[in-house]
Amino acid sequence: MRLLFNFLIFPGFLFTAVVGLVASWIDRKVTARVQWRVGPPWYQPFMDLVKLSIKEITVPRDASKPVFFMAPLVGLSAAILASTFIWLPNINLSAAGFRGDIIVILYLLTLPAIALILGASSSGNPLAAVGASREVKLVLAYELPFILTLLVPIIKSSGLIKLSELIAYQGINGAFVSNASGILALLVAIFCMQAKLGLVPFDMGEAETEIMGGVYIEYSGMLLAIFKLTKTMMMVALPVFLSTIFWGGFSIWKYVVLLVIIVLMRNTNPRVRIDQAVRFFWGKMTMLAAVAVLLAVLGM
Amino acid sequence: MSLKLKALTKSIWVYHLCVGGSCNNCDIEILDLLTPRYDVERFGIMLVGSIKHADAILVTGSLSLKAVERVKRVYEQATKPCVVIAIGACACGQGIFAKGPVTPNPVDSLLPINIYIPGCPPKPEAMIMGIVKLIKKLTDKK
Repeated sequence: MRLLFNFLIFPGFLFTAVVGLVASWIDRKVTARVQWRVGPPWYQPFMDLVKLSIKEITVPRDASKPVFFMAPLVGLSAAILASTFIWLPNINLSAAGFRGDIIVILYLLTLPAIALILGASSSGNPLAAVGASREVKLVLAYELPFILTLLVPIIKSSGLIKLSELIAYQGINGAFVSNASGILALLVAIFCMQAKLGLVPFDMGEAETEIMGGVYIEYSGMLLAIFKLTKTMMMVALPVFLSTIFWGGFSIWKYVVLLVIIVLMRNTNPRVRIDQAVRFFWGKMTMLAAVAVLLAVLGM
Repeated sequence: MSLKLKALTKSIWVYHLCVGGSCNNCDIEILDLLTPRYDVERFGIMLVGSIKHADAILVTGSLSLKAVERVKRVYEQATKPCVVIAIGACACGQGIFAKGPVTPNPVDSLLPINIYIPGCPPKPEAMIMGIVKLIKKLTDKK
């Protein structure tokens, strides 16, 4: 019963969704202010969601219907589970988590992107197929440096793979980000987070101006609302995850700092091509992550 | 006003549909709406790339014979409830192409148009006013 409550209401679905919608409003408002505009009112993301959920759902004739309907739900449930696992140790240090939950969270954070790829490629639209192929390449590109950065806290804490133990370790020994290896790892992880969220400059899977929404093109109504909700929930889960494993646990100002970095990066960069993104992640970012791991092994 | 209707009128995602012969002038004035000077995002209006996401279709240009089939197909794919807004002289009447050999049909012979915004091209202020009038019409009816 308590687990269901955790999953559906408090740190899980409802809470993360509301925080995520507010965060996405902050994103849109700050974007508007950067572009010297006024920007939408605070309830805009809620209105978008309500409106999308009362609209008609169209299914393409060529679509594989079970996959087309299941994909958003898979993504959403993965995002809910991931955010529950990430929030719980931050709220109650002793009770939550199990050994190896970092690995589970790592998989769960990848699942929304996989769901997006599945949904897009089941829709039978050529532009969605282009978007899905780009998304596949992007997932392949950013997962390698992201996993390497996660090795840094594990090595530095000599093998702790439980989130609550990592928070406790950082509470005693200071946050990992105070070392050289931690700083490098957080830097790489921030870039990977941007790509995981699918925001500019790594939004080539969506690419509104180029392939008309790409992976989302055939989705409408409730299913699109679920995809948008998943994305906003990831916008909470990922920064909180990063601040938990590198920065000694969640606090509101850490979340706001990471959110502002995301928004500013989104507003000051153009979209890169997929080959540039892959070269960026497999080249520079993997190199930096490897240096961070090396430094962590050397104890710096 | 019910939440449903409020959500529909507070978050209008528009899809830009140019039906055949348009001189691109109305299209550029539509893009003007999204620039910082007019900033229609503060009313929740966004331009989307896919007809499946659209709540309003902005029709510009005069309907050419080749475009009839395509426009019909695009409108059938739109997710309802969806309104159609005709922008510019060509889409409202037939403009200067009224006697043209390849544009014999007015747009409203094909699509159920909810509001006409005349002008060649209409000013962005006129378009905003048109949308406000449309919202008033839709909300008073219910």
